Amino acid sequence: MSSPTPQATSLSSDPIPTRQFGDGAISLEPGLGEKDMIINFGPQHPAMHGTLRLILRLNGEKVSGSEPDMGFLHTGFEKLGEYRTYNQFIVVTDRMNYFSAMANNTGFACAVEEMLGIEIPPRAAAIRVLMCELSRISDHILGIGLQGMDMGAFTPMLWSFIEREKVYDVFELTSGGRLTTSYTRVGGLAFDLPDGVEYRVRTFLDRLDDTVRDMEGMLARNRIFMDRTVGVGVLTRDEAIDYGLTGPLARASGIDRDLRRDRPYLGYEQYDFEIPVFTDGCVYSRYQLRLAEIRESAKICRQVLDSMPAGEINALGSKATLPSKDDVYTKMESLIQHFMLSMPGHGLKTPASGEIYSATESPNGELGWFLISDGSAVPYRVRVRPPCLFAFQSIREMIQGKLVSDVVATMSSLNVIAGELDR
Amino acid sequence: MESVLQLLFTDPVIGLIKGLLVIGVVLQIVPLLIYLERKLSAYMQGRLGPNRVNFVVPYAVPGLGGLRLVPGSLQPLADAIKLAFKEEIIPKDADKLLWYLGPFLAFFPIATALAFIPFGINHWDALGSGVIVDLRVCSVPISVLLLFAISSLGVYGIAAGGWGSGSKYPLMAAVRASAQMISYEVSMGIAVLAAMATVGSVDLQQFVVHQATQDFVDLGFLTLPNWLVFSQPLAALIFLVAMFAENNRLPFDMPECEPELVGGFHTEYSGLKFALFFLGEYAAMILMCSLFVTIFLGGWGSFWDTDAWGVFGWVAVDPHATDGINAIKSHLWFMAKVMAILCFQIWIRWTLPRFRYDQLMNIGWKVLVPLALGNLVLTAIAGYFLNPIGVGQ
Repeated sequence: MSSPTPQATSLSSDPIPTRQFGDGAISLEPGLGEKDMIINFGPQHPAMHGTLRLILRLNGEKVSGSEPDMGFLHTGFEKLGEYRTYNQFIVVTDRMNYFSAMANNTGFACAVEEMLGIEIPPRAAAIRVLMCELSRISDHILGIGLQGMDMGAFTPMLWSFIEREKVYDVFELTSGGRLTTSYTRVGGLAFDLPDGVEYRVRTFLDRLDDTVRDMEGMLARNRIFMDRTVGVGVLTRDEAIDYGLTGPLARASGIDRDLRRDRPYLGYEQYDFEIPVFTDGCVYSRYQLRLAEIRESAKICRQVLDSMPAGEINALGSKATLPSKDDVYTKMESLIQHFMLSMPGHGLKTPASGEIYSATESPNGELGWFLISDGSAVPYRVRVRPPCLFAFQSIREMIQGKLVSDVVATMSSLNVIAGELDR
Repeated sequence: MESVLQLLFTDPVIGLIKGLLVIGVVLQIVPLLIYLERKLSAYMQGRLGPNRVNFVVPYAVPGLGGLRLVPGSLQPLADAIKLAFKEEIIPKDADKLLWYLGPFLAFFPIATALAFIPFGINHWDALGSGVIVDLRVCSVPISVLLLFAISSLGVYGIAAGGWGSGSKYPLMAAVRASAQMISYEVSMGIAVLAAMATVGSVDLQQFVVHQATQDFVDLGFLTLPNWLVFSQPLAALIFLVAMFAENNRLPFDMPECEPELVGGFHTEYSGLKFALFFLGEYAAMILMCSLFVTIFLGGWGSFWDTDAWGVFGWVAVDPHATDGINAIKSHLWFMAKVMAILCFQIWIRWTLPRFRYDQLMNIGWKVLVPLALGNLVLTAIAGYFLNPIGVGQ
């Protein structure tokens, strides 16, 4: 970044030094009058969940220009991918999205499997679907809770956190981790489902209905909430397409696109669920859409539990997963495979110049992975297409000419995850 | 023959005692209120709330250890001690004078205005001495006007603190706060005007006497007292809404809405200055709730008369009696009502989202002010036809 860091200017009549905030359409500097004020929204601001920064040019309370500034949580995750084997990188993927780590684990594993042409057993696919949908529920329920919190309704957020803890309990039981799960492996899963998960998930889903109804009752028809959200932060269908939005934000703007249905993976085609679509594209329709998606995800979870196939959880024939210990001790081939996968300098057999772009529908939208392999066990390049990046860019369009309060409402409706934004 | 008590109970002495009592009680209620708010909100949100700093019985019971009475009840005290030891940070661009004045301006007008609230019966024969004591600090016949005049100075504290911080977010908060509090004072004042017209007095004690000594309507199974909340329901509603705005509480907490303006006008304050802002805010809550109770909910008067059944009759206040028990009962009725309204404020705060600034102004000027004016006109017309000689006399 060549542009110098913009600083808060004092209110006195000092000449404001010329600064360049990039070459966007809305530059903050030209025509900065006496009544204009440049204000830093973040990176340490209560409404910026994570270290996001938004530079606002305010005329009174009105936003006359804005510039999203990224990079405060730059972690080098993508670069890290060039030094980690495929399975080791799964640990990094859940750090990217602490809202829904399971979805990221699954997305990366699916991408590698697609590149290597591995077919995972149906039980593994079903468990992955279950975990993805649970994390979608926990992401959306906290998302709408935070949306309420940013508008002053603190109580629904804490109710949603109770439900999120229940999802964490399930994750802890299955993967051992609550927040950072690292549950998937290339070709399958780290562990099979232990006993009691089905009961926990079912009781959670029953409770969830009540909580969602309560949260809806607190906000959905609340006059204040509707006044604050209906028609605020509008993004039309065309603008959403131009900005490359996917997921809930796109569907709230009327784009009927969901990879689970349009490009089914992990056997999503066998489950019966709806893709809710709203056309207003405002903050309120994003709220409604997330509520509807929670209900659909709960439906999928129940179907997965009803039709959970038995069998292996790893694609044992693929030479990409570790064989069972029994086989390692009794069979020559298994011993060799175990050795090859575990030892440094060996590992997964990848094509010499393999390239794959694979995308899954993560809670925030299309989560894409562009992988290049060079025949070694370590990727040549890992490129992530995070849904949040495009959402954060588009906020400029949504808040232009609106009030400071609308900035907060819009920002929280985007559900931007800073870890994913600055890979 | 004058007794010793009569010689002792001169006006300055009684005034001093009452003043110390009121300010002392309010300062004690504030921590209680903070604790109550945290516990109530925790209950609503499925949390535990403060539960670490317990009030423990000082002696140990063998085998049981100290008995924990109220979990977390000393948390406000611990917070106060923590704030007292905090480092004070003064921003580089701060306007020193305004910076120092802000917290005091936020607290003192509120504390002063409390002097006009009648917290008990208007004629108590002090300890049987024959000296008749009015249970409020300052017995002036224009107490409503004085109270509004003084309590509205509180906005200067916020404005001074916000401007004096020399920082952008507090400045925005100060601008918002000034505009909001002035706007809502208009509708609040007009609502009170209608109440004044009904009572025919601008003396708060007269408000209570008017409400405590008459009946509004006899429903057969229940006799409603002549509380203004029954005869002036619209004014009461307007006052209630404006009260939230005056106290800067959700859904009207524009000056300090955390997700937008970080901490609002007290973003840059720390330590005891911040504590003073906090104290002023909660004292303002108590003041406004007391005012609402006094004007619309019958003040220290009881809901039923002394001739009610059994124990109900005993706990009722006789507005004509002068004995000490009656005075204590009147004070307890007043406090119970104030606590109920305070709990209502807390309940609303943790339930509703916040308005946007322009919506808040729209409600203030386009809804509440016309409604209050219409109500005033209606009251005037009704007063002219129903009671042409003079209302409330």
